[in-house]
Amino acid sequence: MKAISFAAGCLFASTALAQEPVLTVYAGDYVVSEWGPGPKIEEMFEARCGCDLQFKPGDLLPRLLLEGERTEADVVFGLNTDVTKRARESGLFAPHGVDLSPLTLPIDWTDDTFLPYNYGETAFVYDSTRLPEPPTSFAELLDAPDDLKIVIQDPRSSISGLAMALWVEAVYGDKAEDAWRKLAPKILTVTKGWSESYGLFTDGEADMVLSYTTSPAYHIIAEDDHSKKALIFPEGNYFMVELAAKLATTDQPELAQQFMEFLLTAEFQQMIATGNWSFPAALPHDQWPEGFKELELPSKVLFYSEDEAAALRDEAIEAWRRGLSQ
Amino acid sequence: MASRPLAIGAALIAAGLVLALVLGPVAAVLARAGGWGALGPGDWQALRFTLWQSLLSATFSVALAIPVARALARRRFPGRGLLISLLGAPFILPTIVAVLGLIAVFGQNGLINGSLRALGLPGFSVYGLHGVVLAHVFFNLPLATRLLLQGWLAIPAERFRLAVSLGLSPRAMFRTLELPMLLRIAPGAGAVIFVICLSSFAVALTLGGGPRATTVELAIYQAVRFDFDLGRAALLSMIQLGLALAAGLVALRLGTGGGFGAGLDRLVTRWDGRAGLPRVMDAVWIGLAALFLLTPLGMVVARGLPGLAQLGAGSWAAAWNSLTVALASTLLCLAWALPLSSRWGEWVGLVGLAVSPLVLGTGLFLIVRPFANPLSLALPVTTLVNALVALPFALRILRPEAEAVRADYARLAQALGLTPLAWVRLVLLPRLRRPLGFAAGLTAALSIGDLGVIALFADPERATLPLQVYRLMGSYQMEAAAGAALLLLIFSFGAFWLCDRGGRANADA
Amino acid sequence: MLTLENMRYTDGDYSLSADLCLAPGRRVAIIGPSGAGKSTLLDLIAGFLTPKAGRLLWQGQDITATPPDRRPVAMLFQENNLFPHLSLARNLGLALRPGGGRLTAAEGRKLESALERVGLGGLSSRKPGALSGGQQSRAALARVLLQARPILALDEPFAALGPALKVQMLDLVQEVAGELGALVLLVSHDPQDARRFAEETVLVAEGLAHPPVETRALFDAPPEALRAYLGQ
Repeated sequence: MKAISFAAGCLFASTALAQEPVLTVYAGDYVVSEWGPGPKIEEMFEARCGCDLQFKPGDLLPRLLLEGERTEADVVFGLNTDVTKRARESGLFAPHGVDLSPLTLPIDWTDDTFLPYNYGETAFVYDSTRLPEPPTSFAELLDAPDDLKIVIQDPRSSISGLAMALWVEAVYGDKAEDAWRKLAPKILTVTKGWSESYGLFTDGEADMVLSYTTSPAYHIIAEDDHSKKALIFPEGNYFMVELAAKLATTDQPELAQQFMEFLLTAEFQQMIATGNWSFPAALPHDQWPEGFKELELPSKVLFYSEDEAAALRDEAIEAWRRGLSQ
Repeated sequence: MASRPLAIGAALIAAGLVLALVLGPVAAVLARAGGWGALGPGDWQALRFTLWQSLLSATFSVALAIPVARALARRRFPGRGLLISLLGAPFILPTIVAVLGLIAVFGQNGLINGSLRALGLPGFSVYGLHGVVLAHVFFNLPLATRLLLQGWLAIPAERFRLAVSLGLSPRAMFRTLELPMLLRIAPGAGAVIFVICLSSFAVALTLGGGPRATTVELAIYQAVRFDFDLGRAALLSMIQLGLALAAGLVALRLGTGGGFGAGLDRLVTRWDGRAGLPRVMDAVWIGLAALFLLTPLGMVVARGLPGLAQLGAGSWAAAWNSLTVALASTLLCLAWALPLSSRWGEWVGLVGLAVSPLVLGTGLFLIVRPFANPLSLALPVTTLVNALVALPFALRILRPEAEAVRADYARLAQALGLTPLAWVRLVLLPRLRRPLGFAAGLTAALSIGDLGVIALFADPERATLPLQVYRLMGSYQMEAAAGAALLLLIFSFGAFWLCDRGGRANADA
Repeated sequence: MLTLENMRYTDGDYSLSADLCLAPGRRVAIIGPSGAGKSTLLDLIAGFLTPKAGRLLWQGQDITATPPDRRPVAMLFQENNLFPHLSLARNLGLALRPGGGRLTAAEGRKLESALERVGLGGLSSRKPGALSGGQQSRAALARVLLQARPILALDEPFAALGPALKVQMLDLVQEVAGELGALVLLVSHDPQDARRFAEETVLVAEGLAHPPVETRALFDAPPEALRAYLGQ
C-alpha cells in the first residue's frame, strides 16, 4: 500500500510541474549533490534558456543502453573516454555541432560527438608534510622502498583505476606486468572507487593515493591547505576528460544544442573548475581560478584514442591483475 | 491456522512473489542480452575466492558467536540490554562507513598498529584474506550472536530448572539443552552469513588488498557497468544464486530437530555457571566482543561528529527519505515473512539475498521501463528491494519461533476453530512479539543503511542517506560524508533499538 | 451414537484398527500400554488425524472428513490448553468467538459463570502463568463448558496433577459432563482412573481398539492383552 501511494505521489508530482520546456540531463551521481556542480549549472543555464533543466543522476551509459531510443534524456553529462567507443557505436548520439577552436586541452580534440568540458590527469597525490621526499618519476616510484604505501582503484570497477592501467601500459608497454609486480608490495590496497581510496588517504591510512592532478586545488581553495600535492612524472601523466553529448532522439533539439554551446562559454568554464575540481576545457590558463594557477602541470600528457584504448584495455587489466596477484 | 489451505495459499503467494521478483529481473536481463554469456579467465579464481572467504567468514562468525551469546544469555548486568542492542550496530552500517571505521582501528595507522609502534613492537597488515574475514566477522558476528541468543532464550526455563534439579554437570547441561539448540540454529545462521558474504564486493576488495580478493560480485559489477555484457552478468548471478541455494539446502538438512515445546513464559533464570571460572570466562567473552565491535563504531562516531554541523538540507531530506523507505520496507518485509516462516519458506527467502543487487536493479529497470519512468519509482523500488533483501534475516529470526508456536498451539486453535485472522492477531503475532521486534528493527536498519539498487533508479530529489554519503565523498566532502555516515548510524541504530525494545518490553507477559 | 466403522489408520509400520460404538452421555476410559495408540484414537475422533479406511459417524451422520472445529468434540490436550499470553477471559472467549471478536454482555456473563462453576470466579483477568496447575486445568474445563459439545475428549490432561487434585478434577469433569450430557472419552494409563471414573472401558492394544466393555467386568476378568498390561 505504502509503495503504491508513493508511486502515485511521484507520478503526480512530475506531471504537475510540466509547464515550461524541460531539458533532461543524465549526469553522473556526484554532479547533483549539493556540493557538486549540478545546482550551479542548473541555475546558470535556466537563467538563459527559460526552461526547466532537470538532472537525472545515476549510471550513465548502462542506463542509456538499456533505454535505447526510448530514452527521455536530451543530453548526457559526464561520460569518460573509456565508454565513448561503445556509446558511439550505439548510434544514440547526434553530432554536437560546437566550434572546438576555444578548447585549451593539452591534447588535440576533434571529436564531433563528444564535447569535453573539463579534464585532469591521473596522478599520485601525497601529503608533503608526511612525505617530504616523494619519488620524482614513475621509475623512482617503482624502486621506492616497500614501506611507501599507496591506495589505488580497481580498473574493473573504476574509471580512474582503468586510466591507471592504461597509464602503466602507455609508460611500460609489454613490461607493464613487471612494473605492476614491482609496484605490488607498495600497493596497500585496491578499492572499488575513487571515494574509498581518497577517504583512506585523508584518514592517513596511506601515503599516496591514485587521484588527479587537480585534487590539490580542492585542498588549496576549500581548505587553504597547501600540503597536498600531485606527483608530476617525466614519463607523463594520463589524460582524463569529462564529456557531454546530445541524444539523437531528443525532443528538445534547440535546448540541447544551447546547452552544448553553454558548456564552452567562459561563464560555465570559470565555474566548472571549482564546481567539479577539474581543469576547464576551454579557458586560457591566465583565466583559471587562483588555486588552479599554482598547480604544477604535466610536461607530458599520455592518452590513447578510444580505438587504441579498446584494443589495449583487456591486456592492460590482465597485466594489472597478474602483476598484483603474485 | 484454522484453515490450513489458507495458510498454504498465503505461503505460496509469498514464495511466488519472491521468486517472481528475483527470477523475473534475471529473465529480463537475459532476454535483453539474448542469451547466457561466457565466463572470463579470472572468473574461476573469483569463484574460488568467493567460496573460500564466505565459508571462513561464516564459520568464524558463528563459532565466535557461541561463547558470546552463551555469556550474554546467562549473565545479568546493568546495561546488558543496551549492550545487546549496540552489538547489533555493525551489521546495519553501510559498508563504506564500516570499512573506514575498521581501518581506523586495524589499519596501517589504526589504533592497534599505532599502539604497537608506540611500544616499539612490529606492526601488522590487515590487508589480505584475514582482513576480509575480519571485516565479515565484524559485520556478521552481531547477527550470529543475536540469532543464537534468541535460541538460548527460547529454551524454556523449565528445562533449565529440570537440568539443575537433576544436578547435571555443565558438560551434560550443554549436551542435553544447549547443543541441540545450537545444532538447530547454527546451520541456518551460518547459511545466511555465508550468503551475505557471497555477494560481498567493496569490503572484500578493500580489505583483501588487491585482485587476489576478487569476488563474483565484482565480476558482475564489471560486466554490467563497464562491459555492458548482460549475458555474462546473468550467468554469474545465476552461479551466485546456485551457491546460495546449495548453502541453504545444506543448512536445511543440518538444522533439523524439533523445538523445545512451549514453556510458560517466565524469565529465564539460570543456576549454572555460578562458579568463578565460568563467570570470568563469560566476562572475558563479552568484553572482547564489545571491544571488537564497538571500537570501530566509536571511530565512526568520532570521525563523524565534526561533520554533523556541515550537513546541508540535502542530507536531512535524504535522512527523511531513508526513514520513510525503512518504515515501508519493514512493514512489507514482515507481511512477507510471516506466511513464509517455515523451513522451505526460509530456503526460498534466501533467493532475495543471493541475487546480485546490480542484476536485480538492471532487470527491474528493464521491466518497469515500458510502463513508467523508473526515476519516479526510485523510492518504491528501493522499498521493495530492501524488503526482499531483508527477508532472509526476518525469516531466520522468525522461523524457529513461528514453528514452535505452530507446534504448540495449532491443535488448540484448530479445536477451537479460530479464524485465520484471529490466529494471526491473537496467537501468532503476540507469541512472536520478541522475534518480530528484532526482525523489524533489523529490517528497518538494513533498509536505512542499504544502497540497494538505487544506482539505476537514482533521483536527485529522492536520494537516501547512503547515496548521500557517496555523493559527498565524490565531491571531496570527506568530513561532511563522515557526518552523514554518523547520522546514518544514529538513525539505523535508533530504528533498530526502538523496534527491538518494543518487542522485548513485557515479553514475559 | 459415536460409531467407528471399520476404521483403520496407518503411519509407517504403525497401524490401529477400530470398529466400535459409543453411546451418548457415557463415561468411557481408554486404556492400554504406552505407544499402543490411545492418543491416536482420540486424535482420529477429534479430527486431528484422518483414517486411511473406514468411517466415523455421530448420530448416524458421517463426520470422517469434518474439520476438528466443526466436530461435536471438545478436547483437552496433555499440555498447552491455554494461550499463555492471553487472560482467562480472552482464552475462554475464543470458545464463544473463534474470530476473536468482542463478547456481548450476555456472553461475558456466561463466561464468568463458567469460571465460577469451576471455582475460578473473579480470576478472569489473570494470565495462565499466574495460576497453579490445578487452576489451569479448571480454566480449561470451564472452556469445555462454554464449548458445550456433546463429546468431551480428554488426553491425559491431569497427568501432572497430584492424586488428590486429580480425583477432584475427575469429579469436576463428571459434573461438567453430566450437565452437558456429554460422552466423555478419557485417555489414561492409570487403571485406577478407569475404575473410579468410567462406566465403560476401551482397551487399546496390539494395533486394535477393542469395543467398550463395562469397566468393572473388564477388570474382574481381564482378557489376555489387559493382563499383560496390568502386569498380572
